[in-house]
Amino acid sequence: MKISDLISQLDLQLLTKADYEDRPVRGCYIGDLLSWVMSRAKADDVWITVQTNLNIVAVATLTDVSCILVPDGISVEQVTVDKANANGVVVLGSPSDSYALAVAIGGKLQ
Amino acid sequence: MSQKISLHYDIDGKDFSIAGEASSSVKKVLKQLGVSPEIIRKVAISMYEAEINTVIHAGGGAADVEITPDRIHVMFSDRGPGIADVALAMKEGFSTAPEYAREMGFGAGMGLANIKNNVDEVKIRSALGEGTTVEITVLI
Repeated sequence: MKISDLISQLDLQLLTKADYEDRPVRGCYIGDLLSWVMSRAKADDVWITVQTNLNIVAVATLTDVSCILVPDGISVEQVTVDKANANGVVVLGSPSDSYALAVAIGGKLQ
Repeated sequence: MSQKISLHYDIDGKDFSIAGEASSSVKKVLKQLGVSPEIIRKVAISMYEAEINTVIHAGGGAADVEITPDRIHVMFSDRGPGIADVALAMKEGFSTAPEYAREMGFGAGMGLANIKNNVDEVKIRSALGEGTTVEITVLI
């Protein structure tokens, strides 16, 4: 599955630029403590987090996750979106909660 | 890669939302050099944790990176308050991070433990009132 499949199948909102690298999605990790996420998220995971500050872009870049998914309809600061765009990080949003999103992603990945 | 590559980064202590510039930059360099993704991830994560510590606890500092064919060595140095008990600071879960850092998702007491778990060698020297140096080595 790729990011574009994820967006269409889970009806996600693309918060970063439309012209993105359509990376593969192979797993999912939920976490808001950034050090914890860095030690456990795997490359090509969808990372679900309620954090929206600038640091999530660095964490996504360093862990090489496929994309960031912000749940619960939380709005993401423009500075974060701008930094994500500058670094080629895809940020997605959804009104659903983390559990519902992870279950849906898990179902699609099987 | 037959010779040594040396890189220097100043770590701005005023705005920790921009921390990660050094680790991101080194990550790009290592990728260009053809270093394996596993090694790159180890270096990137340990450097980012050290950068964040330098910003949160020491108000900034510097990172000096040396890349040779067999290893990546990074020395973080600061003139911050120093670490009172290095052994305690290394313990997972121990943190003296301020509330604002915790609100941003840091301060879980995992930074130094994360560094230790991702590198082949870590050396911390600290003197109260003088500063701290954190040296990390990742073998290629």
